[in-house]
Amino acid sequence: MLFLLENNKHEKNMATQVSTKQKSRRDFLMLASTAIGTVGAVSFIWPFVDSYNPAADVLAGATIDVDLKSIQPGQAITVMWRGKPLFIRRRTAAEISEMQKLAWKGLPDPEADKQRVKKPEWLVVVGVCTHLGCVPLGQKPTDNRGAFNGWFCPCHGSAYDVSGRVRQGPAPKNLEVPPYVFVKEDLIRVGQEKV
Amino acid sequence: MVRSTDNNKNSDMQPSQQEAAKQKGLKNWIEHRIPVFAFVDKELVTYKTPKNLNFMWNFGSVAGITLVIMILSGIFLASQYTPHASMAFDSVERIMREVNYGWLIRYLHMNGASMFFIAVYIHMFRGMYYGSFKAPRELLWIMGVVILLLMMATAFMGYVLPWGQMSFWGATVITNLFSAIPLVGKKIVEFLWGGFSVDNPTLNRFFVLHYLLPFVIVAVVMLHLVALHQHGSNNPLGIDKKTPQDSVPFHPYYTLKDLFGLGVFLMIWAFFVFFAPNFFGEPDNYIPADPMVTPPHIVPEWYFLPFYAILRSVPDKLLGVIMMFGAVIVLAVLPWLDRSPIRSAQFRPLYRMFFWVFVIDSLALGWSGAQLPEGAPLIVGRVATAYYFFHFLVLLPLLGMIERPRPLPESISAYHPTRRQSDSK
Repeated sequence: MLFLLENNKHEKNMATQVSTKQKSRRDFLMLASTAIGTVGAVSFIWPFVDSYNPAADVLAGATIDVDLKSIQPGQAITVMWRGKPLFIRRRTAAEISEMQKLAWKGLPDPEADKQRVKKPEWLVVVGVCTHLGCVPLGQKPTDNRGAFNGWFCPCHGSAYDVSGRVRQGPAPKNLEVPPYVFVKEDLIRVGQEKV
Repeated sequence: MVRSTDNNKNSDMQPSQQEAAKQKGLKNWIEHRIPVFAFVDKELVTYKTPKNLNFMWNFGSVAGITLVIMILSGIFLASQYTPHASMAFDSVERIMREVNYGWLIRYLHMNGASMFFIAVYIHMFRGMYYGSFKAPRELLWIMGVVILLLMMATAFMGYVLPWGQMSFWGATVITNLFSAIPLVGKKIVEFLWGGFSVDNPTLNRFFVLHYLLPFVIVAVVMLHLVALHQHGSNNPLGIDKKTPQDSVPFHPYYTLKDLFGLGVFLMIWAFFVFFAPNFFGEPDNYIPADPMVTPPHIVPEWYFLPFYAILRSVPDKLLGVIMMFGAVIVLAVLPWLDRSPIRSAQFRPLYRMFFWVFVIDSLALGWSGAQLPEGAPLIVGRVATAYYFFHFLVLLPLLGMIERPRPLPESISAYHPTRRQSDSK
């Protein structure tokens, strides 16, 4: 390396004498330092990128407990979960049997009712239309619940049934069933699958 | 056909562009339209640089990269920070506890301010020692002083943002400096505050300005670089390049040397971030701002201490403020205070000695600024303040007249350090 510090003319003379062996040694050093440099740069950038991911307090708020005690059959409540409305509906015996008997294989997003509930009486879905994110109507008995007695999205006319499955309109998917678990007989924890 | 008429019209195109116009490929297509590759080659690759630069010349690029890291980490902090008097402190604590790697980004930024000033102060002392501010680099130097002033404003306002006790009282004390201005002082301070005390409006505008000013610094740094590349870097001998033997291409010689120096600098920075993140800070700033109680011992960040010491050394309010700002402003006229035609202290035996006295004087000011303003520290502060201005206003003009410099070497390549000792004897 010392010859690099000498003047240009001298360097040129020396450079012509550099053997192929030395050249491949330089190539190796060049590649090795570039590789290490890349690893370093990526590990430097990662914390910055990761800081944009949900923070610990946001993740902590990602789980909520909902007390179901006061909800009557046929009644629905809306709670906020992860910044979005969560629909919890206590279905009547008639609604349950209707949903369970339905031939579901031909639906736009085919799912059996039992895949969508933990206990047939309780339907828990995210109240965001799977089309473009509006909040469907149907939580109040006075709302327009659409042709299938579930929810009706006022934005583009998608209709959902009492299992939250899309039955008509542009929505491609059924209303999302969030991860939740019955902590007690009438207490659910939304945001996690297990206690 | 169209292309060839274009070429004729643009006869003032750079040769590389004319060349590129005739050739194929994406690189040439771009080069013909905007000569970026020629620019990079001219300013960063083949750029002729004195071959004798020592490690003191690393701190320009180190400071530049520090600025980039500060802006990067700052943008990510600003993404999580709330500039409101009742939420700012908690939002910073949230960054420390909840945000992924928030602690790392904040500690990088916090210690980065100190590292930035370390780099810039060394960079400035380098310029003073080797006479880099002298003709034809006076404007280069003055732009550097402008960068320093902008950095000071940015650092001060950034320190206010966590809204701790030191933030609040630092902001109060520094903004009150302007109350020393006769007649309109009070009005100016209320204008700065946007009210009758440091409060939410103050915090809001400080946040906006703290975000804005670094980009202004980037712009001035660009001008600083344009001015630098006009005549090229000074060098430890302080003589101009004469022959091709005096210089080497910037790449790979100084790209690698700069990278190596940067690596060492980053390791020191990382040491503070990971092992002593609050070394430069004040514990009181982890107490939320309280407008009703001043902490018992108010000190600014270390990089302001010499100037703070000057402020406190003067028993008159207005004069103290004038002297403090004057201590920075005097740097701008340094090219006209130092009358010696010789740049490098290596060939100025008297200046070389007084340069080190000045360094010690600056450190003494810094020490004095950190102490309570009474007894010995106050006396040291006063003597050091007097000497600071004596150095610039009396000593430098005088040395230019009375000093007998040592003979300069013929050229950079003709100089051999080994012969130096026999020369001087």
